[in-house]
Amino acid sequence: MPKLVKTKVENEGRVTEEYAWVEEPKTTPWDVEEELRVVGKPIARVDGVERVTGAAKYTTDIQLPRMVHGNYVRSPHPHARIVSIDTSEAEKIAGVRGIIHSKNIANFANVANIRFANHRDFFNDPVRFVGDEVAAVFADSMEIARAAAQKIRIEYELLPFVLDAEAAAQPDAPQLTQNGNLVDGKPSTYARGDVEKGFADAAVIVEGVFTTGAQVHSALETHSSVAEWDGKTMTIYESSQDVVGVQNRVAKLLNLDAARVRVIASYIGGAFGAKFGAGKFTLLGALMSNKLRRPVRFVLDRKGEQIAAGQRSATKQYLKLGAKKDGTLTAIQLTNYNNVGAYASWNPYTEGPARELYACENVQTTSYGVFTNTPPFAAFRAPGFVEGIFALEALMDELAAKLKMDPLALRMKNYSSVFPENGRGYTSNGLLDAYQEGARAIGWEEKKNGKRETRNEKRETRNGIRRGIGMASQIWYGAGAPPSFAIVKISTDASATILTATQDLGTGTKTILCQIAAEELGFPIERIDVEIADTQAGPFAGASGGSMTASSIGPAVREAAADARQQLTQIAATILKKRAKEIRIENGIVKTRDSEKSVAEILKEIDNMQILGHGSRNPNPSEYEIRTFGAQFVEVAVDVETGEVRVERVVASHDSGRILNPLTVSSQIEGGVLQSMGFALMEQRVLDANGASLNANLEGYHIPTIADTPKIETHMIDRADPLANNLGVKGVGEPPIIPTAGAIANAIYDAIGVRFYDAPITRDKVLDALERMERGD
Amino acid sequence: MSRIVKSDERVGIELIVNGERERVNVGPSRFLSDVLREDLGLTGLKVSCGMANCGACTVLVDGTPVYSCITLALDCEGRAITTIEGLSQDGELHPVQRAFVEYDALQCGFCTSGQILSMTALLEKNPAPTEEELRQAMSGNLCRCGAYVKILQAGMNVNR
Ligand code: FES
Ligand code: FES
Repeated sequence: MPKLVKTKVENEGRVTEEYAWVEEPKTTPWDVEEELRVVGKPIARVDGVERVTGAAKYTTDIQLPRMVHGNYVRSPHPHARIVSIDTSEAEKIAGVRGIIHSKNIANFANVANIRFANHRDFFNDPVRFVGDEVAAVFADSMEIARAAAQKIRIEYELLPFVLDAEAAAQPDAPQLTQNGNLVDGKPSTYARGDVEKGFADAAVIVEGVFTTGAQVHSALETHSSVAEWDGKTMTIYESSQDVVGVQNRVAKLLNLDAARVRVIASYIGGAFGAKFGAGKFTLLGALMSNKLRRPVRFVLDRKGEQIAAGQRSATKQYLKLGAKKDGTLTAIQLTNYNNVGAYASWNPYTEGPARELYACENVQTTSYGVFTNTPPFAAFRAPGFVEGIFALEALMDELAAKLKMDPLALRMKNYSSVFPENGRGYTSNGLLDAYQEGARAIGWEEKKNGKRETRNEKRETRNGIRRGIGMASQIWYGAGAPPSFAIVKISTDASATILTATQDLGTGTKTILCQIAAEELGFPIERIDVEIADTQAGPFAGASGGSMTASSIGPAVREAAADARQQLTQIAATILKKRAKEIRIENGIVKTRDSEKSVAEILKEIDNMQILGHGSRNPNPSEYEIRTFGAQFVEVAVDVETGEVRVERVVASHDSGRILNPLTVSSQIEGGVLQSMGFALMEQRVLDANGASLNANLEGYHIPTIADTPKIETHMIDRADPLANNLGVKGVGEPPIIPTAGAIANAIYDAIGVRFYDAPITRDKVLDALERMERGD
Repeated sequence: MSRIVKSDERVGIELIVNGERERVNVGPSRFLSDVLREDLGLTGLKVSCGMANCGACTVLVDGTPVYSCITLALDCEGRAITTIEGLSQDGELHPVQRAFVEYDALQCGFCTSGQILSMTALLEKNPAPTEEELRQAMSGNLCRCGAYVKILQAGMNVNR
């Protein structure tokens, strides 16, 4: 009998206690040494063909007859009350089907049904940033919707505004919400030990003020939704990380049973954290479709995507470290301001690395999540940790320099074999292995410490280039958790289908699920099909984020497959007149001591039948902490004439437990490294003095290109973690983005002897620093 | 070929799309990307930036890669257009498509049709490019997932 248990659920650093409905486990974890047949093999994506032939349909590709198009009117002001909205001229345009705004939304929906975080409404009045949604126009074509938007007359009353987080945290700053400018009304604070004493005990103290820029997700598929109401069921096609989340929101808005809302996200053109839940555009589209009885397409344009669909928040971090002569950290103190922009439901966990990475007895952190009149925050791949590591690992390097220690040795000295906040053990911890493996692969000893005249001296310039090497560490979550459910069905033709409402963001979820089912069933992978990202096809699975997809739904799929295999074994035993335990299924063949018959042959004996296996994700062990670990080492070349920094080589060594598929894992690692490189060197939303974005496109906002791509070598520790779950797997999506930026900054320091405290480290900053050095100041 | 078309006028033109003659009615400001996606249902190409920055909308016009989001449909009258849907022959993947699957040169896949067509055009002219030549030819195709390492591997191995 399944039972209801309370379990700890962690997502991006936020830990909650939640109920989970779980079954008795049908599997035991695969042994660390166990030789697996399909799992762990570099298998090409099961949906690769659809993705290379144009057959894969993304939300933006959905075209339906009589489709209506939605388009936003956005605020040109950073903070303003809306005095009046006059839509009369716009409504005269033929083909305009409806205009919704703050003054009339109540006519469309029971808005009280939908709560947005932090006083966010469908249309906020006052608007809080340049780009805030003021109205949505629906029309027969996008051209008409755009033309109509031009004709809407809006009168604003301008309000004082604030763009800088630290300024907005001051009491006299213009206020964005009734509860002030801080997320949760106050900073989040943490302390262990006594930092004052820690600094008093320190032989060396280093301090730095770091800033990091607003990094925009810039997924190539913008946020998009197509809603189709057929009088009974609302079907939503959505580019989403969270189909069930969208389903629940839409059902609530329209007062429908969840079963009457079907959400489909077959293919998603990039998400990176910004596509959780239902967008406002989704809900508005659903409302309109419901009203007009026509399909409604609402796709953000590129500009809207860049200014209003979220970003990794800009931070300012005041960080201070103290250490003994031998390198032992005695104190870590951090005060940080996260500029979460106009709206945010939570404060990213920038202080996470300071609290969790090192064995330090005295730690104190104060983190302000500050509302400002700038674009809103949304989770972006390891929110907080990329920023936090950038500062912490830079200052660790400074500390190493002061102590005349090898930076890697300093980190190893402060390695924590237990979770430093509570002394609990980890299910597994491969950080030391990652350090060693990464150092070996890049040749750290020789390159960092060999042949150097003395440490911290500038590298020699050759042909106008100075080269340097640097590293940084990674800690992150990725445990996965219940609830997640899966069904595995076997048909008489001996094919199996996995059903679950999870998502594949391009990470390869479908592929690993097929591998897991093939392994457990003893079927060839070609006979496994998978249906995901459709709330009508599969049972509940959580959102795909927090590096939790494989570790949440993977174990449930294994459970479901085990259930199906047991049933199949029972059928085979009856037909073959054997006992179940005499039967093995391997590669689609049912084997006994004296016979071999294919599964298809066995099932031919039964005309009509269906095996339905079901499985759920079991809770995590309560006595351990689960974390992923890693380290990256990079080599850079700095052109002293142009200030250009080229990342030449990255070695990424990570412990994410058992590797299900080394091919797709290395792709995720490479992608994370490249996004982090963008964060370190080029990516940043630029606002003018009024808070208007100056680079809300892919021309002014630079993301890495193939020309910028370094050599990236993936060295996974690949050791199963059987204490964590039945696959021994931990997450891998976010870990690789965490350390690259910090490692790059450290390598630049190694190359030219200049420490940059502000990311991105753009060419002009490098040139400026080199010039200053030349002048000797 | 140029002609004067009034801004509200629509003219019938013929395009040769993936070897088939297609008649479409277009106004003077209609982009090739919209004609292919909306009128002909060829949604393999994507419009991501709409302003020649990303390459997701890449198609081949007479064998040359173009950004279809800024190419006027009228300018393509009578010309041969290849989209991703036309690349595989009789259900057989084109060698570049096969390499993309084999080397995992894609993640979300949104940029992929553009990447494949750019690479196909390069390999037509230069069947054994150096890595540097590949980087240059492909640098107009952005990939936010960062599949570049694998795209380079695929490109270096298509004709091996
Ligand atoms: S959509 Fe044409 S280049 Fe981006
Ligand atoms: S694979 Fe996602 S953008 Fe290239």
